Amino acid sequence: MSDSSNGENQTDEEFYILRLFVSGTSPNSVRAINNLKIICENHLKGRHELEIIDIHQQPLLVRNEDVTAVPMLIKKSPLPKRRLVGDMSEKDKVLKGLGLV
Amino acid sequence: MAKNTKIPKIPRTPKLAKTPTGISGLDEITFGGLPTGRPTLVCGTAGCGKTLFSLEFIIRGAMDYNEPGVFMAFEEKAHELATNVASLGFDLRTLEEQKLIKLDYVHIDKSEIAETGEYNLDGLFIRLGYAIDSIGAKRVVLDTIENLFSGLSNQGILRAEIRRLFQWLKEKGVTAVITGERDGPSLTRQGLEEYVSDCVILLDHRVIDQISTRRLRVVKYRGSLHGTNEYPFLIDEDGISVLPVTSLNLDKPVSTQRISSGIRSLDTMLTEGGFYKGSSVLVSGTAGTGKTSVAASFVNAACERKEKCLFFAFEESPQQIIRNMKSIGMDLQKHLDKGMLQFYASRPTLYGLEMHLVAIHKAIRKFKPKIVVLDPITNLITVGSVSEVKSMLVRLIDFFQSEQITVMFTALSLNTIVNEQTDEGVSSLVDAWILIRDIESNGERNKGLYIMKSRGMPHSNQVREFVISENGLDLVDVYLGPEGVLTGSARMQQMLQEETGAVLHTHALSRKDREIIRKRTMLEAKIESLRSEFESAEEELNKVYVEEDIKKAVMEENRKKMTELRKGNARDILPTKKNRK
Repeated sequence: MSDSSNGENQTDEEFYILRLFVSGTSPNSVRAINNLKIICENHLKGRHELEIIDIHQQPLLVRNEDVTAVPMLIKKSPLPKRRLVGDMSEKDKVLKGLGLV
Repeated sequence: MAKNTKIPKIPRTPKLAKTPTGISGLDEITFGGLPTGRPTLVCGTAGCGKTLFSLEFIIRGAMDYNEPGVFMAFEEKAHELATNVASLGFDLRTLEEQKLIKLDYVHIDKSEIAETGEYNLDGLFIRLGYAIDSIGAKRVVLDTIENLFSGLSNQGILRAEIRRLFQWLKEKGVTAVITGERDGPSLTRQGLEEYVSDCVILLDHRVIDQISTRRLRVVKYRGSLHGTNEYPFLIDEDGISVLPVTSLNLDKPVSTQRISSGIRSLDTMLTEGGFYKGSSVLVSGTAGTGKTSVAASFVNAACERKEKCLFFAFEESPQQIIRNMKSIGMDLQKHLDKGMLQFYASRPTLYGLEMHLVAIHKAIRKFKPKIVVLDPITNLITVGSVSEVKSMLVRLIDFFQSEQITVMFTALSLNTIVNEQTDEGVSSLVDAWILIRDIESNGERNKGLYIMKSRGMPHSNQVREFVISENGLDLVDVYLGPEGVLTGSARMQQMLQEETGAVLHTHALSRKDREIIRKRTMLEAKIESLRSEFESAEEELNKVYVEEDIKKAVMEENRKKMTELRKGNARDILPTKKNRK
């Protein structure tokens, strides 16, 4: 589920690496995936990489990434690293958290 | 020690399974440990030892009971924890490599996290579940889960999730310890006690008169008996030790074996050679009366008998005691070198009374002595009230009795009224009480030793003078004369005087004797001469009588003859002669 486009690195248009940890197909997780996809489509089109990880499948990664609450979105790049928890329904907060406002 | 006596409940009901913590003393208080498969809340204020408590629970479980454990830290990083417990002699890294312990550090930083809607703590569950399954953990610690509240703001979700977490832990069947920070009147800041209701342990750290004491209390323990008191505990290089208040049941074994006090004349006073083994002896006296010397000589004698001794010095350093005792002919150093004697010196103000008690317990359990000396107990009063000291000593004596350890306390009494009880009121608890008292007269101070009491044996009721010389300690009979009790030089003087008197007396006697003999011989001579005089007089008298008789007879004869002759009757002469024949 990655959507990437290389090359055109403008000054204010950085490339985003995102990781979303979800818990199977729980309602929260499904909502989070959908909400995030819409946000990415609208604001980060062509300049992001989104990895969706099911915590049940990769418990070691859960530990290494220090995940506690799910769904959790980790913005690995650009810095600063940020974490967003919740079903991403509050769009303003998500945008703020990703530094897109 | 507390006995593992459980009140029998309804028959055939399975008893609550318990998981031993391995923390010394705690398992006695809880009669076996924490409830198996259930969460236990350990709460207390900052710095009271919650984290250490929980870490020790995990480490002891892994090392002593072969129960792997997961430690989930919300406060300290894994390597910080490892460093912290390394000072206690635990090697977390190795235990981790051996898959006996798993550390997981959960970090939640509010500045890094934004909440964008509904969420749950599945991530935490997955991590914990994975950690438990990967090593087959039986024990779990969450330290301190309340930190979640500082990182995440949705209290409703958090509370629901924590409740779910505890339920989940129960289903998993792991014995869990959850720590919580105490805040005000409630046990934990977030009211965790609402969720963890099986067992709650409260740790406390109190400072009274600038001396801190840690205490532990089992607030509740569902389905089990538990000690309800506040128990002092100690954190030292061996981890946590809780001191169970020993049950004051009076069913201790007793011994009739006697052990020497190290002072021969004192043993004589006690008849049959000393104190009972396993008894408690109090030596009290005013300052400088030689209490420590009595104690040291007791220890010295025990060491010579190859019995291990532990000397708790609350006043002097071991070196000081050794030097001082050398001056009265006791070499404690050689016992120290042989390992028969051990000193445990600490200033009373170093820590609280309860701490001392724990420390004494620990030292005794480690060294396993037969004889223990506490010198002096009165110094402990500086760190506690009279009643506290007394209750401590009660417990201590109880402990010594159960361990069959003979103990000698020394106590400084501040005044010299004989009937005065010691400040700590322990005199009623001890089996033997020896009082050394100053006797001041003629411008000098001397020491008088009494046996105030000695249970279960006839003992001398006399006051002896207690003499300390370079040859050791000795008791001398005091002089009881018309002038009262004399000691010291007055006694010596009196003795000399008596000696002189005796010499003079014997001299006078012999002179008188001789005179009598002389008189006797004189009189006897006199009697002899009188007797011979009498004999001669008697003889004289006899002679007179005989002569008189002869004279009479002759005269008679002559008269008859004359008559015959006058009558001329010759024939009558012959028959007369015949008749006389």
